[in-house]
Amino acid sequence: MLSSLRISQIYVLDQDQAVDFYVGKLGLEINTDQDLGFMRFLTVNVPGEPDHQILLEKPGPPAMDPATAEEVRSLLTKGRTGGHLFFTTPDARKAYEDLLAKGVEFTQEPTEQPYGIDFGLRDPFGNHIRVAQMAPAAS
Amino acid sequence: MTRAAEETNRRLLRARDTMDLTYGRSLDIPTLARIACVSEAHFIREFRATFGETPHRYLQRRRVERALYLLRCTDRSITDICFDVGFASLGTFSKTFRLIVGESPSEYRRRGEVIPVPTCFAMAWTRPSSFGEDDRRMTG
Repeated sequence: MLSSLRISQIYVLDQDQAVDFYVGKLGLEINTDQDLGFMRFLTVNVPGEPDHQILLEKPGPPAMDPATAEEVRSLLTKGRTGGHLFFTTPDARKAYEDLLAKGVEFTQEPTEQPYGIDFGLRDPFGNHIRVAQMAPAAS
Repeated sequence: MTRAAEETNRRLLRARDTMDLTYGRSLDIPTLARIACVSEAHFIREFRATFGETPHRYLQRRRVERALYLLRCTDRSITDICFDVGFASLGTFSKTFRLIVGESPSEYRRRGEVIPVPTCFAMAWTRPSSFGEDDRRMTG
């Protein structure tokens, strides 16, 4: 029935700052950046993966009333909007070192797990991001 | 909620992330308050208002949560685990563990291994936070 997950969404407080972080620091690329008038439709993707986009959406009018937007902003900055992104990398320790040099905020250092090596970080707004080097599948 | 309040939230989250990242080392309120850019008294009050528990309690239960994980997913000795997760003495660890978990570390270990999940979910969902529990178990 369904064939792929093409766009998923997280909230950000500022779309310019989101581009600085997701493109400038994490190395994603802009897929779509279009002013629709009522909103700025901004999506990014991992280079080479244009069919898996992340919509970086700013909460606010006209989609939601100002009071609701305030609630979303409050939850977001508490790390509680549930915005989780899970990326993979061929080399977790190198990715960690690169991001450390760029001043990214971490929630966990690279850790060996049964499924691979992974670490955690936050975006500037409070969304949680995880990066994993997956262990090779058992043959 | 003002922009200033959002910035406070984010700084408090940064202090909480620091606890999640460095629970294994000694951490004190002055250090965390500096990360949150507020005074110590203000930090404790604001943290509680924002996350529903005091920073001391959050950290204590983070340490117990990590001990729960290490007990069931590694072969490390209970003494090693006590210090790995940042307790300063085995006595405090054993007492705190029993108070929160309701059994001793060695009894808990006998439950056997758990299914591995990404650490962020284990840390978010298996920390014995006491949210939703009976108030009688609210300590510290």
